[in-house]
Amino acid sequence: MSEKQTFVRKLALSDEILLSVDKPARYIGGEVNMVMKNPREVDIRFCMCFPDVYEVGMSHLGIQILYDMFNRREDTYCERVYSPWPDLDRVLREKKIPLFALESQEPLKEFDFLGITLQYEMCYTNVLQILDLAGIPLHATERREDDPIVVGGGPCAYNPEPLAEFFDFFYLGEGETVYYEILDQYKEHKRRGGSRKEFLEAVAGIEGMYVPQFYEASYHEDGTLASFEPVNSHAKRVIRKQVEMSLSDTFYQEKPLVPYLRVIQDRVVLEIQRGCIRGCRFCQAGMLYRPIRERNVEYLKRLAVQMLRSTGQEEISLSSLSSSDYSCLKELVYFLIDTFQKEGVNISLPSLRIDAFALDVMSKVQDITKSSLTFAPEAGSQRMRNVINKGLTKEDILNGAAEAFRGGWNKVKLYFMLGLPTEGEEDIRQIAELSNEIAKVYYDTIPKSERHGKVQITTSTSFFVPKPFTPFQWVRMDTAEEFTEKRKLLSAAVKEQLNAKSIKYNWHDTDVTMLEGVFARGDRRCAALLEGAYRDGCMFDSWSEFFRGDIWQKQFEKTGLSVEFYTSRERAKDELFPWDFIDAGITKNFLYREYEKSRREEITPNCRKGCAGCGAKQFHGGVCYEPRNESGEVTSKECLLADC
Amino acid sequence: MNVRVRFAKYGAVKFVGHLDVLRYFQKAVRRAELDIVYSKGYHPHQIMSFALPLGVGLTSDSEYMDMELHGAFTPKEVTERLDAVMTEGFSVTGCRVLPEPENGRKRETAMSLIAAADYLVSLKDGYEFPLDREAFYKGFQDFSGQETIPVLKKMKKSGEEQEIDVKPFLYGTGRDREELLSNTGAVRPPDVATESYQTEGVSHAERYENGRILAMRLSAGSANNIRPELLTEAFCLACGTEYNPYAWQIHRFDLYGGAAPDFELL
Repeated sequence: MSEKQTFVRKLALSDEILLSVDKPARYIGGEVNMVMKNPREVDIRFCMCFPDVYEVGMSHLGIQILYDMFNRREDTYCERVYSPWPDLDRVLREKKIPLFALESQEPLKEFDFLGITLQYEMCYTNVLQILDLAGIPLHATERREDDPIVVGGGPCAYNPEPLAEFFDFFYLGEGETVYYEILDQYKEHKRRGGSRKEFLEAVAGIEGMYVPQFYEASYHEDGTLASFEPVNSHAKRVIRKQVEMSLSDTFYQEKPLVPYLRVIQDRVVLEIQRGCIRGCRFCQAGMLYRPIRERNVEYLKRLAVQMLRSTGQEEISLSSLSSSDYSCLKELVYFLIDTFQKEGVNISLPSLRIDAFALDVMSKVQDITKSSLTFAPEAGSQRMRNVINKGLTKEDILNGAAEAFRGGWNKVKLYFMLGLPTEGEEDIRQIAELSNEIAKVYYDTIPKSERHGKVQITTSTSFFVPKPFTPFQWVRMDTAEEFTEKRKLLSAAVKEQLNAKSIKYNWHDTDVTMLEGVFARGDRRCAALLEGAYRDGCMFDSWSEFFRGDIWQKQFEKTGLSVEFYTSRERAKDELFPWDFIDAGITKNFLYREYEKSRREEITPNCRKGCAGCGAKQFHGGVCYEPRNESGEVTSKECLLADC
Repeated sequence: MNVRVRFAKYGAVKFVGHLDVLRYFQKAVRRAELDIVYSKGYHPHQIMSFALPLGVGLTSDSEYMDMELHGAFTPKEVTERLDAVMTEGFSVTGCRVLPEPENGRKRETAMSLIAAADYLVSLKDGYEFPLDREAFYKGFQDFSGQETIPVLKKMKKSGEEQEIDVKPFLYGTGRDREELLSNTGAVRPPDVATESYQTEGVSHAERYENGRILAMRLSAGSANNIRPELLTEAFCLACGTEYNPYAWQIHRFDLYGGAAPDFELL
């Protein structure tokens, strides 16, 4: 008998454990569209991890794409794991139960690969939790031949240095391109009985792969990086990011997983394009994922139908950094409404610029008395918006709001950042004033008899954290004290407004932001900080109920690292950054040019209005090759790809 | 047309809570491409209702869900289409067309019909019990044969514990399902005969080596819902042992309408 018939899924946890923890369905797997294979009949076992709780991790699109892509290979079984919530974490440690994958319920330690996606800095302690609970040595150099190869990826991998010690290698860029090549190499390597080091050397030869243990860093006396050099002949000096250039002919899941639990993204997600033309100077994603590449609208229609049928989901969300820039958006959205609205399918369109089309769509798919209108001006004054290159004007916002109010909406959400470079009191005050003006537009536009109560403006601020590979990678970040001052100033300014009663002001925590700032632009020395904090009990730092500022504080003292060095220090133009060995497609020259323009309060037109020469043209596709007129503008703005 | 679907829930999905089961079936109905009726309004929801929530950790052979469909499906079609889209641990085992309510009367929901439920209570392996298999069953017979069975029940409204006598709500016991059914007598088919379909009945109750099992029929539904845990706890106390809620697997065999002692299949 083959084992095919004999592999029976048996839960890793006893009934008693499952019944004594919160939401046991986080740990049982078995969801709709889960892939079931016999682990004994494959060559490669890959466990994909999102280092946060199930409901967050299951909402991530990237993992689902790779899960599907890996499982299409007969020789590979890709499974999943998420961070056990602290209640189960305690039990696993107490009873010495090794962390397991959801599909086979077998220990992670038995896998060939553990792939961890790094979506935000505040999940770094959870990475250590996963490794620790799995029984995998935290440090890559301490791992034995039979330990899984630990791979990192995702946006935070663009500055992998704080995590360098804990990973065998990082995959820089989009997963669709060379993962198969890596798996093929591994299979061959396993067949030959090669050593771990030999495999890592082979990986180092593949474009986009970074093996941290093959590099060494040295530092100047002032703490800045002096040199960063390969110490293994297989290691490349520069690692070039991976980009999938044919997004309409690549992997995308037709049968996404459908969790039993209500997760954050409880819907089908359709990625319509990758990248962004806008060039906002604070936005890392907008720089990293260049050039913008659209997916063919017919391809998207087909996928939408397949995914909704195979999941039974009641909602589909179009995902991209700026949906309004997708050239066939109208066609796609009206197709979805016509095809699915009668079946009660809800269509959600985040990141949509508010205009007549958006309002028409929203009035068709939402209950306007309940839903709210979202604007992300990011800054209060036009001066500040020029600094960050956010091409949204006050007129855009006020006109959009007026139109929406006439359409029946009376709730508005506004998102801003505090602590942007060159920000002064006046810029902050204008956040309050803009909020007030929107309220005023409501009262001016809508006669008393037609109002449904007060207008509700929710103004939220987050604190600006400079990120690598953005024009602001050189800038000084505000200190916690400065953030607090600014927040108080805005609080007071909101209260002074005429329509203060219609405005609710929300803000973020400063402690977590400072830590995010440290890791965002941190170097290899931050690993000791991270490990120490984890050993002393830090986990789930992005969850305010678990954030332990006191432990982090102690670790800074213990390691001698300074928050100020990593955050509130203006960098010199020629400083060598820990992430400079990565070629993310955009040049450091371009970034610095943009930084200088920001200081002159000059804007840069978006990619379709003119090419700013960022460097992404080297990838031979996307917006860089759309037809242009003599003045450099993309000529056709409607449906560039399809014949419609 | 209105139909009542029967399904089983067992294995790992016993850890999926009732509200999530509800959401699961909403999506399953879409995957099965059954043309279900939606309510009107901006947030249309499916016309669907469940008979009696099953607690987390419990398994069941017979849960019931009512729904309204556009167009004509045979009960066999509904059963097969739904069963084809189930995940491991759920199986759809039958469907019956519901009779149209008499003139001017509102349709009775499955929930309002529930009068009794049959359960199997099993000691899980790895947990101690002071009586061996035979003594265990004998002990339960003596316990359930008492004139009154006082238990402490937590009251829904006040949240206070109150002593009640569950004897009138215990409609029968047995060593296993067969004995329970022969002790309680037959359950009659629904009053109005309609088109229906059922697959071969296999019980999904988990089996344990130690063999300490009890079958019982208890009052269920909105009026006097007696949870089997309550009786199990009282029995443990009577045996001089502490009640460990993790030690017992509770399985629901079936739910009935009607009224004691004349129960009706759903």
